[in-house]
Amino acid sequence: MKPRSASHPWLMLGPSVVVWTLFVFVPLGLAAYESLFAWDMLTPPTFVGASNYVALGDDGDLTRILGRTLGYSALVVSGSMALGLGLALLLDRPGRFFAFVRTCIFSAYVVSWVAVALLWMLLLDADRGVVAAGLRALHLPRIGFLSDPRTALLTLAGVTIWKVTGYAMVVFLAGLRSVPRALHEAASLDGARALARFRWITWPSLKPTAAFVATTSLVVSFQAFDVVRIMTGGGPARATTLFVYAIYEEAFMNLRVGRASALSVVYFLALSLLAIVQLRAWRARGVERGG
Amino acid sequence: MAGTWCGAWRLSVRRPPSLVGVKVLASFAAAVWLLPYGWMVTTSLKTLGEIARHPAAPFPEHAQLSAYREVFELLPVARYLAVSLATATTIGLLQIVLALPAGYALAKLRFVGRKTAFALVVACLLVPAQVTFVPVFLMLSKVSLTNTFAALVLPFAASALGTFLVRQALVAVPNEIIEAARLDGASELTIIYRILGPLLWPTLVSIFLVSFVFHYADYFWPLVMTTDETVRTLPLGIALLKEPGSGVRWHVVMAGNVVLSAPVLVLFAVAQKHLLRGVAGRS
Repeated sequence: MKPRSASHPWLMLGPSVVVWTLFVFVPLGLAAYESLFAWDMLTPPTFVGASNYVALGDDGDLTRILGRTLGYSALVVSGSMALGLGLALLLDRPGRFFAFVRTCIFSAYVVSWVAVALLWMLLLDADRGVVAAGLRALHLPRIGFLSDPRTALLTLAGVTIWKVTGYAMVVFLAGLRSVPRALHEAASLDGARALARFRWITWPSLKPTAAFVATTSLVVSFQAFDVVRIMTGGGPARATTLFVYAIYEEAFMNLRVGRASALSVVYFLALSLLAIVQLRAWRARGVERGG
Repeated sequence: MAGTWCGAWRLSVRRPPSLVGVKVLASFAAAVWLLPYGWMVTTSLKTLGEIARHPAAPFPEHAQLSAYREVFELLPVARYLAVSLATATTIGLLQIVLALPAGYALAKLRFVGRKTAFALVVACLLVPAQVTFVPVFLMLSKVSLTNTFAALVLPFAASALGTFLVRQALVAVPNEIIEAARLDGASELTIIYRILGPLLWPTLVSIFLVSFVFHYADYFWPLVMTTDETVRTLPLGIALLKEPGSGVRWHVVMAGNVVLSAPVLVLFAVAQKHLLRGVAGRS
């Protein structure tokens, strides 16, 4: 439609564009600019060129942070998707009982990360937690969970899976509605087993949904911060220092704004790469659902 | 729904044993998600000595509410809660007020630069606050806006996702409605807020709820943007209950957890349908 006046579209977009300029685009430019300086927020900044980036690469910090974050994301995405898909298939049934179970699982997604993180710290306390008591009762060895550098990241991933599986399940449940029922019934009359029906009927029509869930959870798990800050503070021995926490630590604990900005820039580039993958997947889902 | 009914019939008539297995599995899943909440509640009713002596005892010997009293003594819970609710509500409302005209322009108006504007929205969709928080903090502290309500709300006033969803919903609305309103002499603002707004009600409710739930629970942004009590939110306050080092008073922390989670769980119970549509229908 033709706007009534040529200025109207921009007046309508104006307020939003101002907010995005102030809080997205200008800060992005500022991060790139600040990353060229060494600055502790107290003394005047000094120009250091690319040396913040060089330092990140040289001491291997960046590689370790990236590796950890990718490992955590891979665990969270695969775990929550497998569980979410399984639960969606299990619970896609009529009746109040199944609706209740679905609600229970999704509720964890709604509750604050603060509550979830604190609750699991209590449950997983290596000596006085209820899980530890269970291990003792079964004569299994003690597990450090959050205090052992070998298990801390796994533990965080596990808690995250508990919290976000409800999201994957809900999206898969929505996706299951696009699976042609008639095809299912015909196949089962022909004697196709459940596994075969899943492989040849359900899964092909769920693929776009799966791609959507995978990319969305990948991007969201790449942003993990609350769980790290509350449960481990990045430790033990930096074993759980994920990307966003590393930026936070550099800026607000080490007061190295330049280095934090350089990390932010790299983080932005990593997210952009993921975003390209994500947009492709979203487009695929949009096409399947007719826009 | 007819298909679902057939499915149930098929399961119950042709293969009754499998539904028993399904119910057992489903009950197990429910337990995995419910028992931790139960543990949170029962722990909040215990005494500290009891938690240390019998870590695996499911129920308190003598249930008591002293932990809750302590939470309310240690923290100005009402004020933190008011700040959290005000932040989440203001953000949700602002996002709707700004997304409606922006989505309308993108969906219904032809103008030079529309593609660029749409690309801008998509770009914002992909840049989370986690990328920009350091420079935003520096900007806001330069103009003395840290520790203010504005710092919590303004960065989220415009939602790329909300704009995107409003645009998608408006594409489906026939142009004739708008043309008729224009012929009747309605201003563009009237068309956007009084005619299209009510039409898009379900979409707007979903946008508001998803945004409200997220910002009520948010820990990251208030943590970075505040350093003192002025606009402390409830999640931040509750996290402070767990002082590092000095031996955690778990019954108090869990009581705080219950206080923090209860409002959002109640909201979830009341508005589950809208919230789920907002989450599942994201694209």
